Amino acid sequence: MTDETETLTRFAPDSGTEVALPVHTDLLRLATAGSVDDGKSTLVGRLLHDTKSVLADQLEAVHRASADRGLSQPDLSLLVDGLRAEREQGITIDVAYRYFATPKRTFVLADTPGHVQYTRNTVTGASTAQLAVLLVDARKGVLEQTRRHAAVLALLGVPRLVLAVNKIDMVDFDESVHASIAAEFAEHARALGYSDDHVVTVPVSALHGDNVVERSERTPWYTGPSLLEHLETVPVAPDPHDAPFRLPVQYVIRPRTAEHPDYRGYAGQVAAGVVSEGDEVAVLPGGARSRVAKVDTPDGSAPSAAAGRSVTVLLEDDVDIARGDVIVSAASQPRVTDEIEATVCWLAEKPLAPRARVLIKHGARTVQAKVTELSTRFDEQELSGVGSPERLELNEIGKVRFQTSESLPVDEYANSKRTGSFIVLDPSDGSTLAAGLVGVPLAPLAAAAAD
Amino acid sequence: MTTEAIMDQNLDLPEDPAIAEAPPQVDNLDALESEAIHIFREVAGEFDRPVILFSGGKDSTVLLHLALKAFRPAPVPFPLLHVDTGHNFEEVLQFRDELVSRHDLRLVVERVQDWIDGGRLSERPDGTRNPLQTQPLLEAIEQNRFDAVFGGGRRDEERARAKERVFSLRDSFGQWDPRRQRPELWNLYNGKHRAGEHMRVFPLSNWTELDVWRYIQREKIELAELYYAHRREVFDRDGMWLTSGPWGGPREDEQVVEKTVRYRTVGDGSCTGAVESEAYTVDDVIAEVAASHLTERGATRADDRMSEAAMEDRKREGYF
Repeated sequence: MTDETETLTRFAPDSGTEVALPVHTDLLRLATAGSVDDGKSTLVGRLLHDTKSVLADQLEAVHRASADRGLSQPDLSLLVDGLRAEREQGITIDVAYRYFATPKRTFVLADTPGHVQYTRNTVTGASTAQLAVLLVDARKGVLEQTRRHAAVLALLGVPRLVLAVNKIDMVDFDESVHASIAAEFAEHARALGYSDDHVVTVPVSALHGDNVVERSERTPWYTGPSLLEHLETVPVAPDPHDAPFRLPVQYVIRPRTAEHPDYRGYAGQVAAGVVSEGDEVAVLPGGARSRVAKVDTPDGSAPSAAAGRSVTVLLEDDVDIARGDVIVSAASQPRVTDEIEATVCWLAEKPLAPRARVLIKHGARTVQAKVTELSTRFDEQELSGVGSPERLELNEIGKVRFQTSESLPVDEYANSKRTGSFIVLDPSDGSTLAAGLVGVPLAPLAAAAAD
Repeated sequence: MTTEAIMDQNLDLPEDPAIAEAPPQVDNLDALESEAIHIFREVAGEFDRPVILFSGGKDSTVLLHLALKAFRPAPVPFPLLHVDTGHNFEEVLQFRDELVSRHDLRLVVERVQDWIDGGRLSERPDGTRNPLQTQPLLEAIEQNRFDAVFGGGRRDEERARAKERVFSLRDSFGQWDPRRQRPELWNLYNGKHRAGEHMRVFPLSNWTELDVWRYIQREKIELAELYYAHRREVFDRDGMWLTSGPWGGPREDEQVVEKTVRYRTVGDGSCTGAVESEAYTVDDVIAEVAASHLTERGATRADDRMSEAAMEDRKREGYF
């Protein structure tokens, strides 16, 4: 099974047609968000159920558990609320990942909790999502939590939003209720920088299935797609291949065997752009230059490899490279700095105070860092900034300056998510304190910070 | 050149220039493979003593295949660990040992039987040994000072697993606390842990059962033969086809019949059932899994049927 010649014959990206296409090549990563009791888990359960992604034994378990609770119809949220505490309290506590497929597309869904104290999980779900479904209760409309979630999604660069106006049956399928919620949300989304064609509003009843998979006859005034139709057809933006090449080195592969006495390869996942044989590269933060001698992929050598692929790169020159270094396009290099201005989403109970000492993990490198300035706390409701706050509490977002013990090659998050992001760790117990984004990737917040 | 030939040539040209310029898309299996390899390398870079939990079953065989690819042409820089319940299928153990010697790996085996013989564990009344694996597993981790333990768990298997992180921190008692999980952002995994704590790592987190089988097909990965249809003497217990073995044979009221079956999961023989199947090849299996109305655990695992939170409870205690 490790015979290279066997796998090499199958790998033929440049010859194009020889590779058999898998059943689904098209993958959409999405996250859900919304306030508590908006019916997120029920909606997700409904999507899984109505796309036939729930198998008989899972459904039987839900029927049994619903009956045990004295319910007259199956509670589909029990499909996703996997923890004992969640079922007992009837709320979602933690991100749950769900996988389902239709003939058109494969979906990875991060179902995130609505409770304010679990907002940090929305950040987690949003960090990899290409689309987010935000739920509101038709009776309550756009809430503080809705605005907060939308701002977090925009900040993390989730390209598309869907507002699902749930429980539309509870307002008698009233068109005007839907229209006013849609208008209010559209204005907020616009302020966050979303163009109108990247935001879609769908009236649904997760409980009864209206407009979730099939278009409902009870909302004749709604002419758009059902939620699933939209998810199946919305364009998925591929990783930008025109971005400059970045490869954080995770591991140096040196077999030193009789067969491979001199092999020295730099292993990592291409974070941005494309790497090709012969490319001129720089190794940061040191700055040494070389050329790509060979690109080894999981299926053997290839002329090039694009963002998302795990590769091993061999260079022409004998350069000193270790885990944590970043191999980049020599023509277009990131900034190498020990002063990082960033936006952080604070995810820990313990607040952030100025002068705090933390660890920063960026790519494959972890360095010590000091918070030298806490300049702004952002108000995600008003999209405004509060200058020089004393601290940053759980779920708050702020602009921070770090000084790092070693220089890091960083891109702006807005230009390159993978090399513009980092996590902040607690040096005492190793816990994750914050999500960090280089720069201020959200225009209204950048404006607020400049005030 | 004839007009026809020119037209043929034109047909080969993509209509949309944007599509023509785009490099080949990373497809679904390539994306999952690259993600898993990234996870293996991250652990190799951040931990001192990682180990791969390896039973010889389908998911751990795929895990080993990915580990081999992650470090090629160098050998896999970790040993393997198997907690042998004493109720394992003989052919799977043989397969396990063959793979170990073929790739020149080191295998550590911790035997539940030794624990029972030594009086440190006692047999359960129902004869199931799956829950008994936890203590020997934790002991092996502690004794060998393993700080990262790879498992083949997938989030699509079970509701509690759907909530688990790729890097899942365990305290010094091996316990999982779902309320204190670290947020996991982008592909930045946090490997920090204190002395005595260890990390469980799940490179197949985002794979589905069908993905695993399509990958086995694509990579031509050899599996233990009982994953494919074969004739076997089985008896019916609680709606599952069990086979007789050291875990106890049929009771008096249970009749042995010969059936064409295969296994969808392979675990402790006392609680792992076979399914009737005519799937003799990987292609057959993919067709069967795609059309199945039951999850692999629901179809074949008695231990998960015990309660609504059976898996969560076992995980909290330190189980995988």
